[in-house]
Amino acid sequence: MTVSIIRFGGSNCDRDAERALEHLGIDAEIVWHEDGLPEDTTGIVLPGGFSYGDYLRAGAMAARAPIMEEVREAAREGVPVLGVCNGAQVGCESSLTEGAFTTNESARFQCEPVYVRVERDDTPWTRAYDEGDVLEIPIAHAEGRYEVDDDRLAELEDEDRILFRYCDEDGETTPEANPNGSKHDVAGLVGDRDTVAVLMPHPERVTLPDVGETDGQGVLRGFAYATE
Amino acid sequence: MTAYTATVTVRLKHGVLDPEAETTARALERLDFELEELRSADQFEIDLEAASAEEAGERADEMAERLLANPTIHDYDVEVDER
Repeated sequence: MTVSIIRFGGSNCDRDAERALEHLGIDAEIVWHEDGLPEDTTGIVLPGGFSYGDYLRAGAMAARAPIMEEVREAAREGVPVLGVCNGAQVGCESSLTEGAFTTNESARFQCEPVYVRVERDDTPWTRAYDEGDVLEIPIAHAEGRYEVDDDRLAELEDEDRILFRYCDEDGETTPEANPNGSKHDVAGLVGDRDTVAVLMPHPERVTLPDVGETDGQGVLRGFAYATE
Repeated sequence: MTAYTATVTVRLKHGVLDPEAETTARALERLDFELEELRSADQFEIDLEAASAEEAGERADEMAERLLANPTIHDYDVEVDER
């Protein structure tokens, strides 16, 4: 299997994702978006960064690049897709997942470790954890506040689409533990299928033991679980 | 064909938090201006040729639907003027 990490102009977490996946024994390659999706793609990462300089809205331009039509098609066929940070913004802008990640409540760029609580353990991305587990994963974004209208959010919650919520060290969701003002503390969610997920925190930055903590490994192992 | 300018104004839906506008409002207050509320919006001026003002408006409308606005968080309106 080969996971394609799609590089847009301004992506900058593509190599981190490649190294993290390879550390886990998952074959991965960086794909320039204009080259299209390779035929042997068995997974897709939409990496973090600042695609197209965040012009118009974070992720708006990349979401409308031709390769995203191929990504949506692959997602419909069950190919696992993971969007991280800017990739999460691209995922929402391209309708892979619902809602929008917009300006932080602080109106500032925030780069800090946060805690997230695993809301479901029956998706590929969270199979390595148990529901209620608390992970420490860093964020690095200015537009990470999850926004969707209240009625739709209630439906998404009923459909069990929320994958991670910001929380404190003990797993409690509190206003203080929510770094960006996301509605209902949403840090990540799945799309129409559980094999499509986006999250604002960076699991690839807490995967390599040489760099420190490894709480994010389980998220990336989702590519292996999804294709078992 | 006639030359038109379509002006697309994109604003956050009522009720969606706008931290940049709030920060801007606070900065104005620090300059001793009195105000109740400040809302920000993005405005796009699009020059185009069309058979009618109606057609120009429809094209600008589609541009807003497909790229300029994000329907999850935005409302928009379109105005068309002859150039």
